[in-house]
Amino acid sequence: MKLVYFAWVRERVGKTDEDVDLPEGVATVADLVRWLKARGEEYEYAFENESVVRAAIDHVHAKPEAAIAGAREIAFFPPMTGG
Amino acid sequence: MTLSIRIQAEGFDAAAETAALAEGRADIGAVVAFTGFCRDEGGRLSALELEHYPGMAEAEIVRIAAQAQERWPLLGLTVIHRFGRIRPGDEIVLVLAASSHRRAAFEAAEFLMDYLKTKAPFWKREHLRDGTVGAWVDAKETDDEAASRWR
Repeated sequence: MKLVYFAWVRERVGKTDEDVDLPEGVATVADLVRWLKARGEEYEYAFENESVVRAAIDHVHAKPEAAIAGAREIAFFPPMTGG
Repeated sequence: MTLSIRIQAEGFDAAAETAALAEGRADIGAVVAFTGFCRDEGGRLSALELEHYPGMAEAEIVRIAAQAQERWPLLGLTVIHRFGRIRPGDEIVLVLAASSHRRAAFEAAEFLMDYLKTKAPFWKREHLRDGTVGAWVDAKETDDEAASRWR
């Protein structure tokens, strides 16, 4: 599964994207965030305020409880500030 | 309905886009145009840098446009959103909404802007006059409130 990061989430994680193999039991966006935070302090920093970071599954906004099975690309980013 | 959505680094000409939207048509009675510009924030900024999520930015604007089309009898929509480095005084975003009558065009343009600001994956970062890179712009609660009143 490909993970992509944007704006200050990208800067805190220290990479634009990565491919990950997820263990069993990582079923939702929230599970994925929990799993990432256990990987290192850069992820802990990026997700220190979990409710702020937004997610998208295959280019569609997704809530923390959204299932990630079958997803090709999951993105994490701050609240949007375009327009 | 004619739909034109572009995510681009280069600038745009709002008048030319309006002319293109209405060209050869006699059914359009109203086109509302909104252009968003980069401010210098009281002389503090040298530029805004806009990062976006390629692929999702287009897809999300298509979804927002489809919602607008369901709510109002629109004849045409044009949305252009720039990315990259944009200097104060330069344009960032264009929304054109065309309809037979003004009310639908006004409302749809406002709806599109409210949703673009809170749903389209773009992020602004400040570049300061002294040459340093400033902070990422924080999302505004007032923008969320503006979008929520359409629900």
